[in-house]
Amino acid sequence: MQEQELDVEQIRRDFPILMRKIRGKRLAYLDNAATTQKPAKVIEAIAEYYRRYNANIHRGAYLLSEEATAAYEEAHAKVARFIGAEETASIIFTRNCTEAINLVAYSWGRTFLKPGDRIVLTQMEHHSNLVPWLQLAKEKGIEIAYWPIEKDGTLDLGRLDSLLGDKTRLVSVTHVSNVLGTINPVREIAERAHQAGAAILIDAAQSVPHFAVNVQELNCDFLAFSGHKMLGPTGIGVLYAKTKWLEKMPPFLSGGDMISDVTFEEARWNELPWKFEAGTPNIAGGIGLAAAIDYLSAIGMEAVWRHEQQLVEYTLARLKEMEDIRIFGPLSMRGGVISFELKGIHPHDLATFMDMEGVAIRAGHHCAQPLMSILGVPATARVSFYLYNNKEDVDQFIQALNKAKEYFKR
Amino acid sequence: MILDDLYQEIILDHYKNPRNRGKLEKPDIHEHLKNPFCGDEIDLDVRLNENKTAIEEIRFSGKGCSISQASASMLTEFLKDKPIEEARRLVELFKKMLRGETTPEEEEELGELQAFKGVSKFPVRIKCATLVWNILEQGLNEFSRQNRSSETESKKT
Repeated sequence: MQEQELDVEQIRRDFPILMRKIRGKRLAYLDNAATTQKPAKVIEAIAEYYRRYNANIHRGAYLLSEEATAAYEEAHAKVARFIGAEETASIIFTRNCTEAINLVAYSWGRTFLKPGDRIVLTQMEHHSNLVPWLQLAKEKGIEIAYWPIEKDGTLDLGRLDSLLGDKTRLVSVTHVSNVLGTINPVREIAERAHQAGAAILIDAAQSVPHFAVNVQELNCDFLAFSGHKMLGPTGIGVLYAKTKWLEKMPPFLSGGDMISDVTFEEARWNELPWKFEAGTPNIAGGIGLAAAIDYLSAIGMEAVWRHEQQLVEYTLARLKEMEDIRIFGPLSMRGGVISFELKGIHPHDLATFMDMEGVAIRAGHHCAQPLMSILGVPATARVSFYLYNNKEDVDQFIQALNKAKEYFKR
Repeated sequence: MILDDLYQEIILDHYKNPRNRGKLEKPDIHEHLKNPFCGDEIDLDVRLNENKTAIEEIRFSGKGCSISQASASMLTEFLKDKPIEEARRLVELFKKMLRGETTPEEEEELGELQAFKGVSKFPVRIKCATLVWNILEQGLNEFSRQNRSSETESKKT
């Protein structure tokens, strides 16, 4: 792991979109928790595939297909190395994090859960780690228990044991909250879940892109994330799962590429991970994700993390100087996500105003409506950072905030 | 495109000093709608006149951005005392203006509501302005449907 600071100005030159003017203003892109921008290397890797070696993978007995197959399979291996997975067989490409969680809910949930079993979720889950379980609960008569959040937006480990009991089969928890920025102690949660005989799924959509995550250290059963939140293209996501589960789970989708042998009467499944990747997959997406991982690895996740932490610290300090502001979530040990409310200005009005200033922020419920009800607001405004954000972005944001206050005061 | 097109003086005034905010006792129409895009919610209460042909009073409550709140406030004033069919037509006209499809003559009819014309230049905010109008439309439709069915009920007996 590199110890040096990352050179943000050098990095910014790798992202063509950052050169774009927004309504004549410099772009300050601060909606990275929603999706991230793409470096030229990722865009080129995708174009290169389509220009030079586009072909369907597996079974093509010609050079183009061999190259495409090798690149797509290598993408799985890269993801495996990036998150410290022991085997490539554990890495399934999906469309996104949501589909990865759905895969577990459908295939694992419908196989291993029975009426009366319990799933533990937290109150800070994104809809993607909530709705699939609600569906499953309705269908199979499963109970869902919610782990409440503390006033500062964190989870108290002390509350977990009483929720677990002997009926809990799964704890499904976000690694980093997309609203509060809270970093949850997933390693300890996994340990306690396992002690109680439950499996653990980690929604890593907001963690894998921002700091080094090692699935073996966390000892999680499942881990899901999206490519587009880590410089990769949209339409590619990842499910990591222990092979002991994948071997016993039935396919989620079925059709081509996921079989080894088909007769008119029955089919036998292909080896892992292909058993879970039915049909022609998003080959270009996989190749783009691999390029994104190469890009991040060259910089080093430690440097990415430290850079974001500096931005968070700086932003929190600037926000705290302001009056009439409420910041949600913990004030320390948090990821690069800051949700806030400016008194008297609805988040949507704020976001529209910011857009006029070239500042892209998000306003809304952030796909976490139950959490909004706990916070007692219909919506929040949110800024979220990535490696290409700099102090200038934060200053532009703060300046626009002050201007908005003036504007809406009239 | 400038921000003042969106945030006209009159809109901010209605946002800060909403008219007809609250609830009505025994309303003829009560409707609730949520904008899934932003989580804004509005409740609308409508009282009709005695022979149920015109709007007598409208109240609204709920949380939302300046555009949705001002739109609700201005709707309550604009449609007060309007015959139901006339109100329906004006709801359509308002939505037509936000699609940018109205003629100057048609806009004239909308009076102060023309302040919302600028919203059509901000595509993501159009839903904020039309939310309350859609709620009213939904409520009026529901009311007619129930009335029709109760008419047929009474014909049966």
